[in-house]
Amino acid sequence: MTVDPRNLRESATFPREVLAEIHRAADQGVYDIRGFGAKRRLPSFDDLVFLGASVSRYPLEGYRERCDTNVVLGDRFAEQPIELKIPITIAGMSFGALGANAKEAIGLACTAMGTSSTTGDGGMTEEERRSSKTLVYQVLPSRYGMNPDDLRRADAIEVVIGQGAKPGGGGMLLGQKITERVAGMRDLPVGIDQRSACRHPDWTGPDDLTIKIEELREITDWQKPIYVKIGATRTKFDVPLAVKAGADVIVLDGMQGGTAATQDVFIEHVGIPTLPAVRQAVQALQELDMHRKVQLIVSGGIRTGADVAKALALGADAVSIGSAAMVALGCNKPVHVEDYYAIGTEPGFCHHCHTGRCPVGVTTQDPALEARLKPEQAGRWLRNYLAVMTLELQTMARACGKSHVLNLEPEDMVALTVEAAAMAGVPLAGTDWIPGRI
Amino acid sequence: MTEFDLAEAPIRELNSRLHKLPPDTNERAWRIVNPRGAHSIAVGLTLPIEVRIEGHVGYYCAGMNKEATVVIDGQCGWGLAENIMSGTVRVTGNASQGVAATGRGGLVVVEGDAGARCGVSMKGVDIVVAGSIGHMSAFMAQRGRLVVCCDAGDDLGDSIYEAVIYVGGKTGRLGADCIEKEMTAEHVADLRAPLERAGIEADPTKFRRFGSARKLYHFNVDHADSY
Repeated sequence: MTVDPRNLRESATFPREVLAEIHRAADQGVYDIRGFGAKRRLPSFDDLVFLGASVSRYPLEGYRERCDTNVVLGDRFAEQPIELKIPITIAGMSFGALGANAKEAIGLACTAMGTSSTTGDGGMTEEERRSSKTLVYQVLPSRYGMNPDDLRRADAIEVVIGQGAKPGGGGMLLGQKITERVAGMRDLPVGIDQRSACRHPDWTGPDDLTIKIEELREITDWQKPIYVKIGATRTKFDVPLAVKAGADVIVLDGMQGGTAATQDVFIEHVGIPTLPAVRQAVQALQELDMHRKVQLIVSGGIRTGADVAKALALGADAVSIGSAAMVALGCNKPVHVEDYYAIGTEPGFCHHCHTGRCPVGVTTQDPALEARLKPEQAGRWLRNYLAVMTLELQTMARACGKSHVLNLEPEDMVALTVEAAAMAGVPLAGTDWIPGRI
Repeated sequence: MTEFDLAEAPIRELNSRLHKLPPDTNERAWRIVNPRGAHSIAVGLTLPIEVRIEGHVGYYCAGMNKEATVVIDGQCGWGLAENIMSGTVRVTGNASQGVAATGRGGLVVVEGDAGARCGVSMKGVDIVVAGSIGHMSAFMAQRGRLVVCCDAGDDLGDSIYEAVIYVGGKTGRLGADCIEKEMTAEHVADLRAPLERAGIEADPTKFRRFGSARKLYHFNVDHADSY
């Protein structure tokens, strides 16, 4: 019998991808674990545009007039705050999730660009310390590889409460990525699934966090800035509590933020997008009169200099990139295509960080695959990408008449959708209307 | 002996002085008085000095200790010797939650009782408790030995990896994937070492041994109720 396509009506509740996921769950009996961040369409910085200068604003000459990009982070309490040449930092990504070559490439690029890189779950590698002039050391719930000597040789400390891809959730590094070196750094057997706890082992709640931060300051003699990283959820409450606990810097990660391995249902359904989170965080800091005193680093879905400019215009002091940095290193690049097929995907769709079979050598511990990523070459790619983002950022700022990128402000933007206008707190384009405000 | 009075000078000054000691220092014995429950006393030490604290301390006393021997003659708050790397930390009284949390080496001795989550995420430290410990102890414990001379609370060793737990008294409900294992002569010898180092008199043949069933090392849908 011939199928009449006019009779094929797809269910809106059970479209083909939902049917496929139910079939997969029934076959395998385990939820889907993957890398990368949220894949569905979310309100984002794409929904904002800048109001370039015209009669009422005076622009700066695009290629001639100075537009500074430097930023100081952590000068609230720390005796040695971080000074960066550009407000684009690299987010924490673990050794284990990433290979050592990728970590080294990131360090080389950051050093060349005058910005910072960040360790991750699993501790600090020699390669990343050696290659990174400015290195932020994460203190995570798992405390894998936690070493006070590394605290002392870091340039800043980041207490991780959560991340945008899985706020409220712990991590999972699947057994196939647990080589002898990774296992050794984490004090665990080779080849087993490694769970990272969802909450810290030695404190609960904001009052305890205050004491924990004080301990870290005492151990490092009040030299190092202390960041507190939160996944974007209850941002309007979490930011004031982090400030009260004594953070020098708050790192806010929206739900577009990436992960090496997390349940798909978590990535797509927990947390709020970066766009509203930034506005809530800035508002909370302003209400405490702490805006620009406690710096705000925003991450989660930052891809271009335009995204950076919009985050800064909303009040962030800097941004952090993870997934985009991996892409610059070669993630999803159409090379070694047969190896994408071998893990059941293809370039442009790969989120198979969790398999350890990364065809381009970024998220793998396999020596043969990792050898495909040359630290010097990949570092140059990331350096180029950071340079392009910075040029784009300056272009936006100059067009708005700003001689420093931190002078960008919400008044420089309008929103293209009602949702974005409400979330970002800027007017809908062509109107004076900010939803939710009278 | 160098004496430091916390009623006269702040914690910052104490820790700063301890951190600035050169490796060949002659100030190898310290006596700290009037701690009055302060937090972060003697944290981040790196030299084989001896520090005696006379009185009760707050959170994170001797946190991230390396090499030093720290004795607290009193009671302790949360996170005693958290993430200890080496050396010895001893409390003559009781300790609150999270004793030696994430500790990677060294020895921690509690002569009284310890609270909940004793040895949480321990990564190689030896912990000897002369009294009893609270619930959820050795949660996600990775390496090292937790020795409890009296009783252990509920959910002992939940999600434990390769750490070993020895209990001399009663245990409550065991945590997920934690099971009692055979106590052989080899294990008696293994237990005798930390007891002797801790100076705790107990008969190792009277202890029971607990560890991981290793059923949660790889996800299996038929074990989903354990997650």
